[in-house]
Amino acid sequence: MSLLQVKNLVVEFPTRRGTLRALDDISFEIAPGEILGVVGESGAGKSLTGASIIGLLEPPGRVASGQILLEGQRIDNLPHEQMRKVRGRKIGAIFQDPLTSLNPLYSVGRQLIETITTHLPVSQVEARERAIQLLRDTGIPAAEQRIDHYPHQFSGGMRQRVVIALALAAEPQLIVADEPTTALDVSIQAQIITLLKTICKERGAAVMLITHDMGVIAETCDRVAVMYAGRVAEIGPVHDVINHPAHPYTKGLMACIPDMTADRERLHQIDGAMPRLNAIPKGCAYNPRCDRGFDRCHEQRPDLMPAGATQAACWLHDASSMLTTGEAA
Amino acid sequence: MSQSPLVKATDLAKTFDVSAPWLNRVLEGKPRQLLRAVDGVSFEIPKGQTLALVGESGCGKSTVARLLVGLYEPTRGGFEFDGMDAHAAFKTPQGRQLRKRIQMIFQDPYASLNPRWRVEDIIGEPLREHGILSDEGDLRTRVEELLHSVGLSPLDRVKYPHQFSGGQRQRISIARALATHPEFLVCDEPTSALDVSVQAQVLNIMKDLQRQQGLTYLFISHNLAVVRHVSDQVGVMYLGRLVELADKHTLFDTPRHPYTRMLLDAIPKMHDTGKARTPVQGEVPNPLNPPSGCAFNPRCPHANERCRQERPTLQTLVGIRIACHAVEEGRI
Amino acid sequence: MISRIRQWLDSDVGHSFKTSPTAIVAAIIALICVVAALFAPWVAPHNPFDLATLELSNARLPPAWSPDGNASFLLGTDDQGRDILSALMYGARISLAVGIASVVLSVVIGVALGLLAGFLGGWVDTLLMRVCDVMLSFPAILVALLIAGVGRALFPNAHDTLAFGVLIISITLTGWVQYARTVRGSTLVERNKEYVQAARVTGVAPLRIMRKHVLPNVLGPVLVLATIQVATAIITEATLSFLGVGAPPTSPSLGTLIRIGNDYLFSGEWWITIFPGVMLVLIALSVNLLGDWLRDALNPRLR
Repeated sequence: MSLLQVKNLVVEFPTRRGTLRALDDISFEIAPGEILGVVGESGAGKSLTGASIIGLLEPPGRVASGQILLEGQRIDNLPHEQMRKVRGRKIGAIFQDPLTSLNPLYSVGRQLIETITTHLPVSQVEARERAIQLLRDTGIPAAEQRIDHYPHQFSGGMRQRVVIALALAAEPQLIVADEPTTALDVSIQAQIITLLKTICKERGAAVMLITHDMGVIAETCDRVAVMYAGRVAEIGPVHDVINHPAHPYTKGLMACIPDMTADRERLHQIDGAMPRLNAIPKGCAYNPRCDRGFDRCHEQRPDLMPAGATQAACWLHDASSMLTTGEAA
Repeated sequence: MSQSPLVKATDLAKTFDVSAPWLNRVLEGKPRQLLRAVDGVSFEIPKGQTLALVGESGCGKSTVARLLVGLYEPTRGGFEFDGMDAHAAFKTPQGRQLRKRIQMIFQDPYASLNPRWRVEDIIGEPLREHGILSDEGDLRTRVEELLHSVGLSPLDRVKYPHQFSGGQRQRISIARALATHPEFLVCDEPTSALDVSVQAQVLNIMKDLQRQQGLTYLFISHNLAVVRHVSDQVGVMYLGRLVELADKHTLFDTPRHPYTRMLLDAIPKMHDTGKARTPVQGEVPNPLNPPSGCAFNPRCPHANERCRQERPTLQTLVGIRIACHAVEEGRI
Repeated sequence: MISRIRQWLDSDVGHSFKTSPTAIVAAIIALICVVAALFAPWVAPHNPFDLATLELSNARLPPAWSPDGNASFLLGTDDQGRDILSALMYGARISLAVGIASVVLSVVIGVALGLLAGFLGGWVDTLLMRVCDVMLSFPAILVALLIAGVGRALFPNAHDTLAFGVLIISITLTGWVQYARTVRGSTLVERNKEYVQAARVTGVAPLRIMRKHVLPNVLGPVLVLATIQVATAIITEATLSFLGVGAPPTSPSLGTLIRIGNDYLFSGEWWITIFPGVMLVLIALSVNLLGDWLRDALNPRLR
């Protein structure tokens, strides 16, 4: 059974110029212990997806329709107090900026212990022991002393490790990590993603890793979902999506990324830009920029359909359109 | 090709005084604190080529960029532009001529354009400032030309920055930088704030313009893949010092300095995944308190006693410029 | 002109205005007061300061709706036979003029000094900030009294004509500080932004950068402050006039009128002091409410 199921989620923002659909009917699942990457460019809706799952959608944004199920139970329509219990106990969160993720006024230990005692039935003494062990597991040296230090006494990379420890404190089943390494140096980034991967596998926690960096996704994730204009364009095992992308957008995206291994005179570029939320084209959202579009693409919006080893929202992979256009994707 | 390089930096250094205010120092007995942002950097850039400076936070690459456009005065050393001492020139009235020839592109597309100015005024400012064009009609033509050269519509000149996306704003910045027909462009992480597909567009434009106008670039970045795409030479910086400087192929194919190797190894690879990697230990030390000797020695697997005592100088070894005792001694 | 107003009403700020009943009511009241004050010589039913038209037989008449009232003196008359309604309009004129003049002067001085302090930094900044601290430790009224006293001592005969100058200066002297501080803070932020650095790289002179680049971006909060400070200035002026060191009785402001009327309060002729008071409250309140609305409308986070 999946751990997390998102079914036809729609998130809207009412503005005085009309209602904007920031997430338009997205669906995906995360199995227990799996690491799912959610990748996309700015405005694609990946952070909003994470926020909806954790229940931190900022008003006036709201879940207009669809369901989010955790272990088979709906969490999108929970009252505030119950959501608070679920958040923290079953879902942990890691955000981008380690500086603002920790309360500067309280020691690291106090924040950890508070989280542990809120969600788990343990004594203060045991909570402290667990907190020290968490710090050790996340690679913080001299954990017994550092547990009483304040956030400003840690460097950037160390702080992010504390944030990871905090997210894991209540032994959640799902961790939502929103750009956890974007603000860090490359060398620290490597350490943090290795840490995230090993510690989550060890504790059997699933991870939803939101980022714009395909390299991080390639190294960490089992599966990846590519988002475009509030919709899922493609989803599948990470190696298949990267090496054999089925959706034209994914193909274009992979081709744009400068490659460490080869020299190219010009980078492939996708002309145009992601449409704004109030100007999403009819049919497939990518059709104005797609070099393989045909009539159906301008009219009907494609749902995710099987495309080789992955699933892509693209009419090129629809069996019936293959017959009419006579070409394989 | 023995013509002299367009840009030649010699022992460039910049130290910032970040001490607490005088009263606090007296009352609390705090010492003066000096931040050596850049500590003796030397390189040459031949005309028409791109030198990329890479490094992590605190390495001083942004400070080098600002030194080369005259935003900062060096504490020591200097650089020559087309044979003349640039910082001495900046101070003279003739120095203004130099400002036409050197321009800069910044990292943040949202902060590098004045939100209250129209695009035509933003791009036209260097032209007005240097008195290159005074007739309104000529100015407008030139602005439209510049907009076209970066792939924007001439009609965009009457709009305000907030009406454009990040990538488009960066193109406006490029158009502004090119207004005075400069020869040397310093680019401080110009695509770091942009999405991958937009980055590709901007990098392509920059390369095209370089070819068409014979521009020389100093390209600052922390993204080695981008650097690989745009540069001819690459310099790796760590804590204010240059540790390795080589042409692109040599650096990426056979990195010699332990820090360069570590950097290249740390980059998440898209295609050969599943490979086990040894992440490097430690973090960049506090620039206010750098380690003695070689700045990288606490994290270096090859450090010996000499590395802890003596700072290595940038020398020409094994066909590249490198500052490393281990390489000098033939240990690696 | 109409189309520009229509365009503004469509913008975010305009929309906020349209949907805020307080702002609309406040704007209407303020507009009425301003128009009445501005066009007093043409709109007022009588000229209360033209001695030739005054008749003592009209003195101390109650408002028109009272049994002894006279319809041509809508709000009654004072002890000299001056029509209160007209006196209100002329008085509002003085009050608004002094209030707006002192705010304009404060803004000019405060913004200029704040820009300089923020942009130049160093000892200029420290000096200016210490001056601000000193100025803030003096209550505005005391400073005004001091200056008024000095003024009278220096120019014993001309003090009536100089009264307004002295009044405006004394209100300005304590008013500029908040603008300087606000603008200095915003300047410090804008100075480090890349568009300012780009201008420096191009070689634009610092003064020009301050004027053309930084200034337009720091004026937002100033507008809000200025609106609210008009109300404060008017009340300060009223206080000073009430204390006797403000507008002279020959061209009284609302504060002076309140003072004059105060003596008659307990003999039953309440209208002489109450109506100027009500007018003062209306002006100050409406301007204040407008300022509040403007602050919320311009706050990007609340949109």
